[in-house]
Amino acid sequence: MKYIDEFQDPDLARRLLDDIHSTVTRPWALMEVCGGQTHTIIRHGIDQLLPEQVELIHGPGCPVCVTPLEVIDKALEIASRPGVIFCSFGDMLRVPGTGRDLFQVRSAGGDVRVVYSPLDALRIAQQNPDREVVFFGIGFETTAPPNAMTVYQARRLGIPNFSLLVSHVRVPPAIEAIMQSPTCRVQGFLAAGHVCSVMGVGEYPELAERFRVPIVVTGFEPLDILEGVRRTVAQLERGEHTVDNAYPRAVRPEGNPAARAMLEDVFEVTDRAWRGIGVIPDSGWRLSPKYREYDAEHRFSVEGIQTREPAACRSGEVLQGLLKPHECEAFGTLCTPRTPLGATMVSSEGACAAYYLYRRLDLTPAPREATPVV
Amino acid sequence: MCLAVPGRVLDIEERDGTRMANVDFGGVVKEVCLEYLPDLQVGEYAIVHVGFALQRLDEESAKQTLELFATLGLLQEEFGDPWEMAAEAGEALPSAGEEARK
Amino acid sequence: MSETTGTTELRTPVLDPAAWTCPAPLRDQPRIVMGHGGGGALSAELVQHVFAPAFGGDVLAQLGDAAALSLGGVRMAFSTDSFVVRPLFFPGGSIGDLAVNGTVNDLAMSGARAAYLSCGFILEEGVEMETVARVAEAFGAAARTAGVEVATGDTKVVEAGHGDGIFINTAGIGLIPAGVDLRPQRVVPGDVVLVSGAIGVHGVAIMSVREGLEFGVEIESDCAALGGLVDAMLAVTPDLHVLRDPTRGGLAAALNEIAAASGTGVVIRERDVPVPPAVANACAVLGLDPMYVANEGKLVAFVPREHADAVLDAMRAHPLGTESTIIGEVVDAHPGMVVARTGLGGTRVVDLPIGEQLPRIC
Repeated sequence: MKYIDEFQDPDLARRLLDDIHSTVTRPWALMEVCGGQTHTIIRHGIDQLLPEQVELIHGPGCPVCVTPLEVIDKALEIASRPGVIFCSFGDMLRVPGTGRDLFQVRSAGGDVRVVYSPLDALRIAQQNPDREVVFFGIGFETTAPPNAMTVYQARRLGIPNFSLLVSHVRVPPAIEAIMQSPTCRVQGFLAAGHVCSVMGVGEYPELAERFRVPIVVTGFEPLDILEGVRRTVAQLERGEHTVDNAYPRAVRPEGNPAARAMLEDVFEVTDRAWRGIGVIPDSGWRLSPKYREYDAEHRFSVEGIQTREPAACRSGEVLQGLLKPHECEAFGTLCTPRTPLGATMVSSEGACAAYYLYRRLDLTPAPREATPVV
Repeated sequence: MCLAVPGRVLDIEERDGTRMANVDFGGVVKEVCLEYLPDLQVGEYAIVHVGFALQRLDEESAKQTLELFATLGLLQEEFGDPWEMAAEAGEALPSAGEEARK
Repeated sequence: MSETTGTTELRTPVLDPAAWTCPAPLRDQPRIVMGHGGGGALSAELVQHVFAPAFGGDVLAQLGDAAALSLGGVRMAFSTDSFVVRPLFFPGGSIGDLAVNGTVNDLAMSGARAAYLSCGFILEEGVEMETVARVAEAFGAAARTAGVEVATGDTKVVEAGHGDGIFINTAGIGLIPAGVDLRPQRVVPGDVVLVSGAIGVHGVAIMSVREGLEFGVEIESDCAALGGLVDAMLAVTPDLHVLRDPTRGGLAAALNEIAAASGTGVVIRERDVPVPPAVANACAVLGLDPMYVANEGKLVAFVPREHADAVLDAMRAHPLGTESTIIGEVVDAHPGMVVARTGLGGTRVVDLPIGEQLPRIC
């Protein structure tokens, strides 16, 4: 596909890697914020190709991973109600709530449907006027505008049987929370490119200055990741800490003004709990008073559901790079991708799930491969 | 956040008062909402996430980025590039055990 | 971690399993979930923990796609498969084609040429007669193409709302030629891994209909009977080690099953795995991985190194194997695991899918 294939080119990747190898002189810990970037890193084995001195800490940017248990439990409760059609992005279905997941709600008779776009859920609401259609509105600043537009459209078109279960989160407060931790090890950030496509880069200079960390807006293909690492390492080696845009083909400084205006209208900033991390002030969005009637928590009276995270899960420390996943007591025994205790084991992009795979490889003897064929 | 894919706008129409487009992703065509890019034109590329075009893709900038990458490492090329030599030697990769370190 | 814990405060974890609120052990699920039919880890657990112990028997314990039997001194393969697909008709085929080819291919993977098929039709009240007739015709045509005779059948009707139009079960038998012994246990380090062509085509063809994707170039299911291709391969040497048709769970599931059953490691080179651009692009748009997408007319072969080139030539000479290629090899490292060398030279583990493949958004 154009603008994807070119950015996976092995020859150019080698040039970028050469440049990083020749630049780095000492250890640096970088955090890629977004789960999509973690996916690319694992999928292409990029972390193994970087110099030993460059450590990538997988950040809390997987929306599936960080959605708090309490919100999952609210989703499970709403999806179990008769007359409800509960629509969600696919990868939320496997996330365990307290004792069950959305697959199990479906197998017990709940009408749970996977959609690719919130507009699909709105269409289902139009086609089923006698049913309540709820969309599970998770995600960062990238996914919030589509969900905001869907609520806006529901209001404009007068579709009363649609509502949104909102658990939107924002990146800058998470970066701030990570940097404020006294034990923080992160020295540079690869900021999430598609978040910046929407929001622009205006929120970052203050963070870069206050915490003296380089923040490099980074894309999602292998070459984009390598370029983000290259520019971050170059800044660190020079002792600089500025905001840089390594993804200019998709990120303008001002972001997308139309989308930002819609976010202002439909949502308001609120405190939000992050699974495995805890409450981060001002780190999320909820529906603004004008749209509150579309709030599924309100419509289904599930505000009272309160759940605490499992005590054994140390994903908060993993997300901050303080603990390697396999150093957790539950890792690989009580907590596996099949039976995840927490956020980072849930999604295939989560740091613990990624480690689970590589740890298994690590524990086996080094390969004595047969001579290559062909 | 953020499985977003670049696609090219094939045609644009109003539907239910909403600006919609058919967008081509390398031969795969899907319907996309253009409300957030009201001035996007047929033939242009956009970054699409969960059925919404979120940002215009700047083709000139993409070209410049790739050209920049192509100029990197020219010095090594002259004196022999360790990666190339490794690649030529076949699967001369670190052992799986070492790779798993990170 | 408690939700009220501040981000700056790190607590010392105390391991107290009794206090957990989130154990979510899927094996304790009280009900069947869709993933139990997904061909991944959940399916395997269902068979291992529920069906196999209840049935017992050495033959079933092989747990292959088809059972190899000895009856009256004759070696034969016996297999059954059920077909539930929505939509019933899709680009390149229908449930009728799948029902024949699925069982024919299961037999072919044990080296047998299918001789006879049974068919059980479960029809939903209200389904149009014309639809049933079209499926039956497709079924008959597929059987003739595969050279298999439909020997017996059964029909049941369930009330409206208790089925999805048409479900079909087929069973088949065929003779296993002398000297042929295809089992994962025969796989040894040094074996070469071949695939008979482009992967992911069937699954993407189905999803394109379900998800309203259009393709500039129509993607048609690769649904086909593989008996002839297997015959051509066995004509080179009866000493192939194992064959699999990577249906549900895709290439990743097939390779993992073989790695696990043989106790060897499998290494594939990702850039050598044939993924057509349309499949790659559709997967990119939908957030799927082609390695996990279903195929209905492809096979994976594990072949002794000395025969690999000759087998590859024979595959390429067959109409269903023109795009056959070598994708990897068997190693004695990381037993039970499948590892991919990525296009950039890195490594990743290709895991067994847990249940249904879910599209990702991040």
